[in-house]
Amino acid sequence: MMPDGVHRHGDHLLDGGLDQAVVNALARTWSDPPSWTGALSAINHKTVSRRFMVTTFVFFLLAGLFALAIRLQLARPDNHLFDPDLYNQLFTMHGTAMMFLFAVPVMQAVALYLVPLMIGTRSVAFPRMNAYAYWVFLFGGLLLFGAFAVGSGPNTGWFSYVPLSGPDYSPGKGVDIWAQMITFTELSSLLVAIVLITTILKMRAPGMTLSRMPLFVWATLVTQFMVLFAMPAVMFGSTALILDRLVGTHFYNPANGGDVLLWQHVFWFFGHPEVYLIFIPPLGFISSIIATFTGRPIFGYPAMVMALIVTAFLAFGLWVHHMFATNIPELGKSFFTAASLMIAIPSGIQIFCWLATLCTGRIVLRTPMYFVLAFFFILVLGGLTGVMLGSVSLDLQVHDTYFVVAHLHYVLLGGAVFPLFGAFFFWFPKFTGRMLNERLGLWQFWLFFVGFNVAFFPMHWLGLHGMPRRVWTYPAGMGWETMNFVATIGAFTIGLSVLLFLINVVLAYRHLPGAPSDPWNADGLEWTIPSPPPPHNFDRLPVVRSRSPAWEENTSATAIGGLAADAREVLITSAVEAKPDLRVLFPTSSIWPFISAVATTVLFIGSIYTPWAVVWGSIPVSIAVAVWFWPDKNDTQTALSLERHP
Amino acid sequence: MSAESKDQATLPDEATTVLDVRHLPTFAFGPRSIMWWSTMGLILIESTVFAISIVSYFYLRSVASAWPINAAQPDLLWGTVNTGIMVLSLLPNQLAKNASERKDRQACAIWMTACLLCAIAFLVVRGFEFATLRVNWDTNAYGSIVWLLLGLHTTHLITDALDSAVLAALLFVGPFEPKRFVDVNESGMYWYFVVIAWIPIYGTIYWAPRL
Ligand code: HEM
Ligand SMILES: [Cu+2]
Repeated sequence: MMPDGVHRHGDHLLDGGLDQAVVNALARTWSDPPSWTGALSAINHKTVSRRFMVTTFVFFLLAGLFALAIRLQLARPDNHLFDPDLYNQLFTMHGTAMMFLFAVPVMQAVALYLVPLMIGTRSVAFPRMNAYAYWVFLFGGLLLFGAFAVGSGPNTGWFSYVPLSGPDYSPGKGVDIWAQMITFTELSSLLVAIVLITTILKMRAPGMTLSRMPLFVWATLVTQFMVLFAMPAVMFGSTALILDRLVGTHFYNPANGGDVLLWQHVFWFFGHPEVYLIFIPPLGFISSIIATFTGRPIFGYPAMVMALIVTAFLAFGLWVHHMFATNIPELGKSFFTAASLMIAIPSGIQIFCWLATLCTGRIVLRTPMYFVLAFFFILVLGGLTGVMLGSVSLDLQVHDTYFVVAHLHYVLLGGAVFPLFGAFFFWFPKFTGRMLNERLGLWQFWLFFVGFNVAFFPMHWLGLHGMPRRVWTYPAGMGWETMNFVATIGAFTIGLSVLLFLINVVLAYRHLPGAPSDPWNADGLEWTIPSPPPPHNFDRLPVVRSRSPAWEENTSATAIGGLAADAREVLITSAVEAKPDLRVLFPTSSIWPFISAVATTVLFIGSIYTPWAVVWGSIPVSIAVAVWFWPDKNDTQTALSLERHP
Repeated sequence: MSAESKDQATLPDEATTVLDVRHLPTFAFGPRSIMWWSTMGLILIESTVFAISIVSYFYLRSVASAWPINAAQPDLLWGTVNTGIMVLSLLPNQLAKNASERKDRQACAIWMTACLLCAIAFLVVRGFEFATLRVNWDTNAYGSIVWLLLGLHTTHLITDALDSAVLAALLFVGPFEPKRFVDVNESGMYWYFVVIAWIPIYGTIYWAPRL
């Protein structure tokens, strides 16, 4: 124990007091450097995460514009607005960008902001690697959109099945760019997964045992473990694809012993869990939002955690259900049908726990809550159609029709995009210090909800009436005109709703920041600090005694002191019990992650044009990474002055 | 800002107990260190990649009518020699690891250098190995997958060699702090992984075609 006031350790100022000198020193220590080189060197997790969120959101908007273009083209029969090849590029770009550049990374991006705040620490683990991951992601996304802009976008669908995407049927650079974009984004995702896992397991505030961890943090942890096992499959697959295309290997070429189904297996071994990478983090958003707006902790916390873990395991047993239309053995298909149905059990448990919470709490209806309630509504419908697709016989009937397009959007928008907008509303004050307007929010919500159903519900009908997916137009007289027109109206309604969100954000920025630290009376640690948080997050690191620390703040008035305030010292705790264990000096800002990412980009893009780029391109990468790791004299000096042996 | 001062007002300074952590150590080995967790994460990822590649090898084999497809069996000599060198390299590797735990900078530097020499040795032998596969990557799917397996493992050898080189240089000349002992220790763990992962790959490339 030590009394409050200013403390020193050798020449170092220590934290633990609320003295202005200490707080200022902390803020200075954890700030990103000024100027534009400073912007490229920034590694504060909030800066990186903000960039990450904005980038993924811009990709979402662009992918949404592609969707509107698709709907315009399909609004009437025999439409010649776009030619067939451009149409192929449009849906490929839409699907690819939505899945790889928006839905999966946006969840990681949000987690990078919130996790440290929720677990009571000042940074993420490996902040430089985190910055590198962001840059790599950004460059991968720019590569894809850049390629489209110059007319060589990929056009083989978001899962680029071989042989269509192989060297014989898809000459040109489109598919190569698609495959390298996969490499970029998966590399970034894997690194972020390591960052988040380490942060969650080793940097929680003392007292936040695993069984007190917020459900959003649990959801993130489970998801990141899935990333570790799922992403390598698609990296393997896309590497083999690009090798087939560029250096004449035969992985997928049956004429020389290869096999096209190999691609489907590796792709769906990743692709099915990927749906859960998109789907599980929002379960965490929902838990935070429901707890807050019912004013009580989520019912059945242990059951919720178990359900998350079981879902993750089952998700890996399910990839084959995407391949019912192939010639895999019948018995295998029955097994996978059973597994597809089993995943309903953990989902059911979670829904039950939320409903119990809603029934026993006092519901306050604010915009985030509307988005969550819509999630329940849509999930029921989407879940039903999913169970239908999970059965082999029906799947064969509607395979590759608009029924599938409808199902996939019900699941993805209902399961991810609705809760995500709820989360944006909920945490916007924390991210920016500004409140979004409730009225505009409700307008946005209702337009989204109505537009969504108007756009996608008719697609079920279209599918059952035989309209195949990925057709650039259809003749008049098939009976599909009305429903297609309705779907297009719905799509533009969604567009309008997203526009309202953007207007809401712009309006919020026209006010001075003034959001209170806890506008919703919520339960997590992130609400105990100002909005937006200072560079160092916590003036004084908390000690946690319950699952809802913010609701019990007065009873748990213990804090941490004794970390350097003038150096980036971070408290490391034990993985399960979160007992204080080490104080570790974290790296300072550096431009080398950025330079390394540029070098990596040169290597990846170069390799599309010549295999030798892998050889010469790896030289600058190695140099940049070596310089990045080479310790700076001053930093070493700081480290030595704080050193204490175990 | 106004809200913030409100919060602090409800949490009066005097009522707060401050838990002092300044006596805590600044580094430790094994799972206590965050380096261990990142290395483990990396190992998990790479193991998955290796596992998927090996499964794909057997998958392709299962759809082929003969295996190897139109090619002679790979020559055992250089692959086996390399396996021997790799297993031997575990000795300097373990000694470097031990030295790091003793916090003996000089011994670390020496054994890291020994490891680096081993790495160079098996990279050279690896060159001969590619020649003894007796098939090209563009001959057929069999050639593609064995080149991929061997290539994948070689990238790990190269990154490991570079990593050892940088660490050795740091140990000899760099601005040094005892935290680097943890890096040496973790790099040793990764080395174990690269060698152990080689065993199933070696079995797959060289022995599976003989079964
Ligand atoms: C916001 C409104 C959206 C609209 C109006 C929309 C519309 C469409 C349409 C009409 C198609 C079918 C194209 C075709 O088969 O010819 C499609 C495909 C697809 N959409 Fe969306 N979409 C939207 C949002 C999303 C979101 C949020 C995601 C994912 C998170 C998504 C993922 C996909 C995927 C993966 C495909 C399949 C692409 C392919 O066939 O390769 N969409 N979308
Ligand atoms: Cu699936």
